[in-house]
This record gives sequence, C-alpha cells and structure tokens, in this order.
Amino acid sequence: MINFSLPVTDAFRALQHTARERIMILDGAMGTMIQTLNMTEEDFTANGHIHGPGCRHHQSDHPQKGNNDLLVLTQPQAVEGIQLEFALAGADILETNTFSSTTIAQADYGLEGAVHDLNVAGAQVARRAADRAEARDGKARYVAGAVGPTNRTASISPDVNDPGYRAVTFDELRVAYGQQIDGLIEGGADLILIETIFDTLNAKAAIFAALESFAKVGKRLPVMISGTITDASGRTLSGQTPTAFWHSVRHARPFTVGLNCALGADAMRPHLTELSGVADTMICAYPNAGLPNAFGEYDETPDQTAALVEVFARDGLINVAGGCCGTTPDHIRAIADRVAKHAPRTIRELTNA
Amino acid sequence: MPEPLLRLSGLEPFVLTQDIPFVNVGERTNVTGSARFRKLITNRDYAAALDVARSQVENGAQIIDVNMDEGLIDSKQAMIEFLNLVAAEPDIARVPIMIDSSKWEVIEAGLKCVQGKPVVNSISLKEGEDAFIHQASLCLAYGAAVVVMAFDEQGQADSLQRKTEICERAYRVLTEKVGFPPEDIIFDPNVFAVATGIEEHDNYGVDFIEATRWIQKNLPHCHISGGVSNLSFSFRGNEPVREAMHAVFLYHAISAGMDMGIVNAGQLAVYDQIDPDLREACEDVVLNRKPANGGNATENLLEIADKYRGQGGATGREKDLSWREWPVDKRLEHALVNGITEYVDEDTEAARLGAEKPLDVIEGPLMAGMNVVGDLFGAGKMFLPQVVKSARVMKQAVAVLLPYMEAEKDGKRESAGRVLIATVKGDVHDIGKNIVGVVLACNNYEIIDLGVMVPPQKILEEAKAQDVDIIGLSGLITPSLDEMVHLASEMEREGFGIPLLIGGATTSKVHTAVKIAPQYNRSQAIYVTDASRAVGVVSSLLSKTQRPEYIEGIRSEYSEVVERHERAERAKKRLPLADARANAMKIDWSEYSATEPKITGTKVIEDWDLAEIASYIDWTPFFQTWELKGVYPRILEDEKYGDAARSLLNDAQAMLQRIIGEKWFGPRAVIGFWPANRKGDDIQLFKDSKRTEPLATLTTLRQQTSKRKDSPNLALADFVAPDGVPDWIGGFVVTAGPEEIDIAADYEKRGDDYGSIMVKALADRFAEAMAEMLHQKVRKHHWGYAPDESFNSQELIGEPYDGIRPAPGYPAQPDHTEKRTLFDLLNAKANTGVELTESMAMWPGSSVSGLYIGHPEAYYFGVARIERDQVEDYATRKGMSVAEVERWLAPVLNYRPGDAKAVAAE
Repeated sequence: MINFSLPVTDAFRALQHTARERIMILDGAMGTMIQTLNMTEEDFTANGHIHGPGCRHHQSDHPQKGNNDLLVLTQPQAVEGIQLEFALAGADILETNTFSSTTIAQADYGLEGAVHDLNVAGAQVARRAADRAEARDGKARYVAGAVGPTNRTASISPDVNDPGYRAVTFDELRVAYGQQIDGLIEGGADLILIETIFDTLNAKAAIFAALESFAKVGKRLPVMISGTITDASGRTLSGQTPTAFWHSVRHARPFTVGLNCALGADAMRPHLTELSGVADTMICAYPNAGLPNAFGEYDETPDQTAALVEVFARDGLINVAGGCCGTTPDHIRAIADRVAKHAPRTIRELTNA
Repeated sequence: MPEPLLRLSGLEPFVLTQDIPFVNVGERTNVTGSARFRKLITNRDYAAALDVARSQVENGAQIIDVNMDEGLIDSKQAMIEFLNLVAAEPDIARVPIMIDSSKWEVIEAGLKCVQGKPVVNSISLKEGEDAFIHQASLCLAYGAAVVVMAFDEQGQADSLQRKTEICERAYRVLTEKVGFPPEDIIFDPNVFAVATGIEEHDNYGVDFIEATRWIQKNLPHCHISGGVSNLSFSFRGNEPVREAMHAVFLYHAISAGMDMGIVNAGQLAVYDQIDPDLREACEDVVLNRKPANGGNATENLLEIADKYRGQGGATGREKDLSWREWPVDKRLEHALVNGITEYVDEDTEAARLGAEKPLDVIEGPLMAGMNVVGDLFGAGKMFLPQVVKSARVMKQAVAVLLPYMEAEKDGKRESAGRVLIATVKGDVHDIGKNIVGVVLACNNYEIIDLGVMVPPQKILEEAKAQDVDIIGLSGLITPSLDEMVHLASEMEREGFGIPLLIGGATTSKVHTAVKIAPQYNRSQAIYVTDASRAVGVVSSLLSKTQRPEYIEGIRSEYSEVVERHERAERAKKRLPLADARANAMKIDWSEYSATEPKITGTKVIEDWDLAEIASYIDWTPFFQTWELKGVYPRILEDEKYGDAARSLLNDAQAMLQRIIGEKWFGPRAVIGFWPANRKGDDIQLFKDSKRTEPLATLTTLRQQTSKRKDSPNLALADFVAPDGVPDWIGGFVVTAGPEEIDIAADYEKRGDDYGSIMVKALADRFAEAMAEMLHQKVRKHHWGYAPDESFNSQELIGEPYDGIRPAPGYPAQPDHTEKRTLFDLLNAKANTGVELTESMAMWPGSSVSGLYIGHPEAYYFGVARIERDQVEDYATRKGMSVAEVERWLAPVLNYRPGDAKAVAAE
C-alpha cells in the first residue's frame, strides 16, 4: 500500500542540504563514452557468455551490440571505469547504466529475463565507482538509478486507424518500472532518476511504481524527474508544455525536477526558465553537448557547453547540473568548474504562474 | 509562504488563481447529464462524442467532466476508450480532465489514461474511513486532485451542519493521515433540487451557499464545487428558467466562495441580463426568501415559468465560421491546420468538382495545406499531436476522393503506394517511425512496418517480396547512420531502383547528401525532416509526372549541400598563419654543417648520353599517361592491363632505340648554386659567400592544415638554415629539347596519332629521367654533399637519397610564378632554350625545373589549401596584389576570393 508518510532516507536529507549550499553535479553521457570503446558483438555478450551475478544464464537469440545496459553484466569494469572518470571529474551524482533495463525496453533484445540482474548489477557497478571516488577525495558520491522512458508511449497511438489504441498501458509500464526500481534499490541506488520523459503518462507510471517500491522498503528515496523537450514547439513529444509537465509530476514530491537531452543548453534555456519559475522544488538540468552535427556527433567543446550551463547557474535557475548526449568527463569537469562560483537556485515563492 | 493554488494540467497548465472567480467544468460529456452524449456513447459514435467535448472547450470550459456511468454500457471500457481518444485531440486535451464516476474502478481506469493532472470526481467517506484513505492515497499516487462529496457512512449531507461536519472530517483525514495537499481538495457540499414542492427542500440552496462560506473560512486552501444543474431539476424542459436559476445560484454561491462548478458553459445566462421579474423569482427560490409581494417562492416561480418556456435560452457562443466564406483551397488548408473534420467532406467534394482529376486535389490544395502544417511544426507553432490530427483530416479528404480515383483506374487503385518502413539494425527507437507510418497511412499509403532492429538483409528481402515503392529508414542513435549508409550501398549492389527515405533524430540532410546518397545512384536517398513532410515527399516520388523533376531537384540540392559541407569542413580545419608558423619544422641546426657546393653560380650541361638517360626512366608514370593504372614492372603481369602494357612497352622500347640511335632529342640543362638562408617563410639568396648582398628571394608557402601534435606545418623554407648557419640552395632546368614537337607533328601528319603521342610521352619521360639523373650527379659531384652515394637508377625511384628537388607549381610550392625567379637566376632561356609561357608553363613541354635542397631531413609534402591570412601575407612578401596571388593560387585557396572576410576568419 502506497504510503506518503514514509521516512526519507539519510541520502535524501544530505542531498537536500548540499543542493541548497552549492550546485551539485550530475555525470555525463554514458552512451557517448561507451561508443568511444567501439565494442563488438563479442564484447557486448562477453563472447557469448552472458551471465549475471550468481552466474544465472540469460539466453537470447538476438544480437546484443548496442544493448549498452548489458555491459553492467558483461563489461562491468568498463562501465565502472567511465563512472569513476565522471566522478573524478567532479560529479556528485553518478547515473547507473540502466536507462533501458525494463522488460519493455529489453524485449527488443530478448533479455526480459535479465532485468532484475541488470538493475542490481547496474547499481552495484555505479556504487563501486562512487566508493572508489569517495575513497580518493573524501567527497560524498550518490548513485542515481536511471529509469528511461522505454520505447513505447502510453498516451500516443501508433495505429492510425485507431487513435484510441495503446501499444503499452499504464499498468504494463508500472509493473516493468517496479521491477526495475526494486532492482536498483536492491543494488544500492541512493536516488531514482526518471529521465528523458517524452510522454508524461509513462513518467507517471514510473512515479507510481517508485512509490510502491518505496513502500516495500519502508523508506522514501529521493526522486529526480527529468523531462525532454524535443522540438521547436517547446513541448514534450506527447504535447505538454513544461509547466503542464510539472503539474503532472509534482505529486512525486521530487528532490529535483528538470530537463535533459534533445536540446543543447542554449535551446533548453527558455524551457528551463519556465520550469524554474513554477516548480517549488530543486531544479536539475543536463543538456546535450549542443545539437548533433550532420553525422550524429556532438561538437560542443567542454568549455562551450560549460559556458552555456554557467548561464543557468548565473541566472539562478539550477541546483543540479550535468550533461546528457555528447558530454564527456572533460565536459563535466568544465561544467563543475564553471558553476562552482555561482550560488544554487533558492526555491522561490511561487508566483501565480 | 504564498497560498498554495490548485494546479492542474492537460497539455497546457491550469492554475486556479485569485483572478479566476469561477472555473467552468464542462458537463456535456457526462452521460448522466446529457441525453445526447449518452446516445452517442451507447451507439459508439465516438467522433460525434469528441465533437461534443471539443465544442465545450471552444465555449470556454476550463476543465471537462467525463462521466460514463450508464447501466447499459461498460462504463470502465467506455471511460478508457473515450479518454484515449481525447488524448489524440490536442484541442480538447489541452484542458484538464475531470474523471467522473460513482464507481472507483472506473475512476482508477481513467486515471491510467491521462498524462495531465486531472481531477477525480468523486471520493467520499461513504464506505468508511479506510476505503476513503485508500482511494485518496491512490489519487495522490496517480497525481490527481479530488472532489470530495459531503457523504459519509450515514449518507449524503443535506443540512448545513452535516455538510460542514463531513467536510471537516474528510479534510482532516486527507491532510493529516494521507498527506494530501489541501489545495488539491475540492469539496462538493451537494447541490440538491429546490422548488420541488417539498418544504424540506426549500433551504437546500441556502445550505449549500452557507456550507461554502464555512468551508472557505475554516478549511484552508481547499475549493468548493457542485453540480449546478441538479438545482433546477424540477424545471426540466424549461431552459430559460433553468438557466436563470443557475445564474442566480452561482452568483450567490460564488460570492460565498464556490470557485468551481459543473455547468454547461455554452448555456449560461448572464445574471445582469436576466429579466428582472424572473431573476427575483429565482432568487426567492434559491435563497429561500419570502417573495416581496407575498406568496410562496416556488409557486411564484412556477407561475411565471411558463412565460419563458420555449424561448430557447441563451444560445451557445457562436463559432467563428467566417472561414467558411473563403475559397475552397483556403478552406481545406484551414481545416488541415486546425484539424477540423466537420466540413472536410463537402470541401473536398467542391475541390474535386473544380479539378481535372481527383488526384489533382491531393497533389494540389491538400498537399499545399499539409506543407503549411509542416512549416508551422518546423517553426514550433504546432506540436506533434496536432500534426497527427491534421493527418487524420487529410485521410478523411482522401477517403472522399478515393472512389473517384478507383473509378478512373477501373478499381485497380487500392492504395496510393506501398511504403516499407523500419528502424535499422542496432536501434530500437521507433516512435518517430511509427508517427511517419501513421501520417502516411492517413494518406492512403499502404505501410509495411518491419519494426525495430531490422537487419539490412531483411529489409531488402521484404522490399522485394512485397514489391514496395519506397523504403523508409529510421534511426535515433549515432551508429544507425552507418547502418543507413550500408543499406544504401546494398540497395545499389542489389540493383534496387526505388527511392530511399531517411529520417530520425540524428539523421540530417547533410549526412544524407554526403554519406548516404552517394552510395545509391540507381535511385535517390532523400532526407525527410519530420513526419509532417513525409506525405509531400512520398506523393512527389510516386507521382509519375512529378518524380523525375523532384529527384532532379533533390540531386542538385544535395550536390550544393555536399559542396557547402566540404567547404565548411575545410574551413574548420585550417590554422591561422601565426599558429601554423609556430608549428613549423624545427631542425636542430647546431650540429649541422652544410657542404659547400663545388660550383658557384650557374653551369650549363650539354654532354648528355641518351642511352644513359633512358636507363633512369621511371616507367610507371608512362603507363599512367596511357591510362593504364599500375606500378611498373608489376603492371606487365596485371590481369586486366598486362597485355596492353606489354605491347605498349614493346612499342616504346622500339621507339626508344630509334631516339637513342638516331639522336632524335638534343637534351640540355642548366644548374646553379647560391649561398642562402631562411628568412621567415622565405629563402634569401646571396650574391656571394659573404652573405651581405641579397641576390633574390624564393618565397614559400606554409601548410595550414590542422595537424596532430607531433607533425609540423611545413614550408620549404624550414629546410634551409637560418642566419648564422651557412647553407646553400640550388636550382635547375632540364629539357629533352624542342625536337619532339616537330617529330610529333610529323607522325600526326602521317595520320599516326599513336606515334605522335608516344614520342611526346617518351620525351616527357626523358626530361624526368634527366632530372633524376642530374639530381644524382648534383648530390655526388656538382654540390657533392653525398659523394659516396651508389643507388642504381631503379632504386632512385624510391627517393632513398638525402635532399629534394621540389618544383614550383607542384604540391610543395604550388605557386608557378616562382619559376620566374628560378629562370632568372639560371638565365634558363639563353642556357637551355626553355621559355615560360604567359601561364608559367615551360616550353617545350618536355622540360623540368626545380630547386635543390640538401638537408637530409627535407622531404616532399603538399601545402594543401591555405587561408586568406597567408595569401595576404604572401602577396606582401612577393610584391603582388592579393587578387593576383589569388588568381595564381586559385586551386589551393581555402576560401572563395569573393566571399566576405568574416566567413573565412571563422
């Protein structure tokens, strides 16, 4: 039974305390970093031996190249290495490599059965990187269990002849997200990060699932919620404005709400400003390193991205900053350097926006 | 802390601020309140049902109430279906939804269908506190505000006291036990019918209004709502009176603090405009007053009510239909942009009657309208669900035309074309692809959707098996771009001739033009910006009349894109001249001591042995002259060229023997050496070894390409020692002589073109061989820095020796005008007969000139493209105008001389 009076975790209190004192740093793009490793099918499956903790075998007939989440089982040291790099570059919060670790998203790879292991291992790998970084410099690191949007939309029909049809339902998403979040908590995640939200109904299912998972463990973890504005209309893919989006997710009482992906910092700014003006919680922004160029690569240099993110900080819009697609440890380091001299956003008294 | 406000959302936010005295909740999509809506839902006429919802929003409803509580229908299923359909109608979905049912399971099903923040209507203490807490917790977990009915275990509250008691209790439970935000609580203290003739009912209006006042005062931040139409239940059928009663009731309830109500937004009288007699009679009833002129309030109202019956009441706000007066093309455009299906059938029919063929309507006004949609989407003025809506209007219009098109084609036309779509291997993102599928299907294209992570072979097999007209590829992640390139080359290899569409977040026109389109020349790869553009592109490609011109247009556009891209790429990688100079090659001159040449000044060499020269011939370029590509001597055994190469070589050897034997050529050469030192990017030559009197300056150009760390930006000057370290530089001109010209002309005269070309080719080889041979003699004797060198003539081809002989006009110094300096120094015309033409070519053609640079670390390189800054600097150094330098260096300029400076400086 969902319970809104659960005690919050120690990490929740610590995060809220720190994010009031300084702008905290979230890490950068795991996918971008993995791409630089040029891994082969054999790397992804560890030569066909896909195994998880406890050596349970996960069989699949599908090619796994591109299934980045699987690397927490097959190449954990590579994932941990990237996370450690981000941590040492200044990230306070490390995202688990579990963006697509739901039965819905893994169905494309035939690895629905692996999601529990993927999430537990995903959190453990990030935890190890966090602990190593913490041991080196004594600064606290937090592990954010990354929960992606899946590749289906709960409020848009893929079938023209039946606009009322849905390829996925709220309950299917809720169950899938619940499995994921249970695994992330079991693996030691400090936070739950519901990110790259293009359909708010998907996110609402994830929030519901998180509340159920929290009830199981008897404590409330901090939740970060991050929407995505995909095009020039300034709305989510499913058509919501940033303020409408905030109203839809406010009941999660999130540690942060914010935006990530799809746009570079410059294009994100007006939408972030809107959100920052209406949300009575902390704000988190992690834009892409600009827009991808003609060849899908991100050209913005660390300093360029950081300079744009610094504008967020200067304008008092953010409490947490990081990077999405195309951002490397150098980008994160530059962002951390640049925002350090600015005070975090204070949760203003809301106007009647 | 400011007062927390009720914040709801559909696609757009709604905040109940102090400026909004009252929120209209549209009630027409309520099967219990609207007989028409009930009938539509029962008959599953969802299109008309959606129109009801739409007209409410158009009439100003800020929230719409959806209620499916009807015994004859599956309420839960109806709620799900209707809300899912509403989600696809952006002009309805922009406002928040009130999910209205007396059954919790229907409410919960509805909560799972809305992405915005809705209102639940309603929950109550009817089934006790536990159930109430449970349902309230779930409402909160789904992210909804709630209407709480004044209802408890004992029943519905009718009196002021019961209403306030129950509301207070509910408020405490919600805020203290559930943690519900008080601003998200809306109390419904029950509007009951008055003027029923039953005395106990007379005070219901007052009880509601007073309960409202009490709640406002005692239960902070919450809101009060009610179903207003209940009030006038006993006046069913007399709309003017009902409207007047509602207006009067609301007037007083609102001033007491009611801030929300379920009303027919289209039918509400304005308090001030109600007939004063009627208004007063209504007020007496609502406020339970004794009428001023005596009698009973209810009876008074009943008495005057008949006067108003049949007047129809206030009409709904008029829709703006002025666009209906526009020409048919504009009407269709308006309907497409605004997603209005209502008139599209008649407008399409009108357009068809005015058109030559039904297809012209699609390709004309309908496509024009969709292009407007595309423009608005691109400009951010429409968003995706609206675009999908437009596509559905399009579909309806096409459906009108279809029977006529089929009739024209004897019913053969089944679909406008067959389009295969797939997300490429390794990529699982398919939302954009699905939207394209939807939009295309709306336009009568048959869609074969292979799903995600589709291997190229499967795409090609299916495309063949299903005989599709177009393939569309989608991808979101970067590696997908390579998959698309691969698929394009496979289509080329397998002989496909159908267009290939490219779309998805990381794809772009530039990538398509630069990387994908060149792989597929049998047809055309075309980038499609977004779903709204897909129809225009596909229809152009499948139209026999439009296709050739369309593809031609794409090709010329893409070739411009490619050129622009390459220019930009080049520009990107150039270094400013200062940076290039800072990265010059740094030879350590401290340990170096140059050999002084055995000759100073110039020396003419005339005693040439043609047979010896011939032994220095590098045959590989000879075969290239004849367009036989390959390296000598391997080319003689080449599978493809071997026969031709052997026979050519035989003929060449035969002529060579005659050249040598009959002394066809009279070779001449001149060489010279001068004291020299580097001066910036130039080489300063001196008259004598005192190095005080300058003789001439050889100007050199520096590479401006962006280099890896350990690789220098070279200029020839880098290989010459700076001031203080004695160094020398040499120069030469060799020629096989002018004789070849006449010999070739003789062959030509005899009609032997082969012989003519052969003698010229051999003369060229002789000149090159002379240069090679002379260079060796220079190293060993004339300059003498490598007296012991002993490479044979064939080994020399690999340039294993120290020093280089770069020629002006070649990659290391692309400026042909440097030949002037060289020719002057060598007095070459007098000494060898070789002249420079106006364009700095050497005459006779079989001549070679160049510099001698002796440093062992010197090597051949290409300057490649240079920037404006170097050209300007170079012009100053050479005493030429920038325009003149630009003319000579045109092939290596990294900018367009005409372009604005700012561009090149970027």
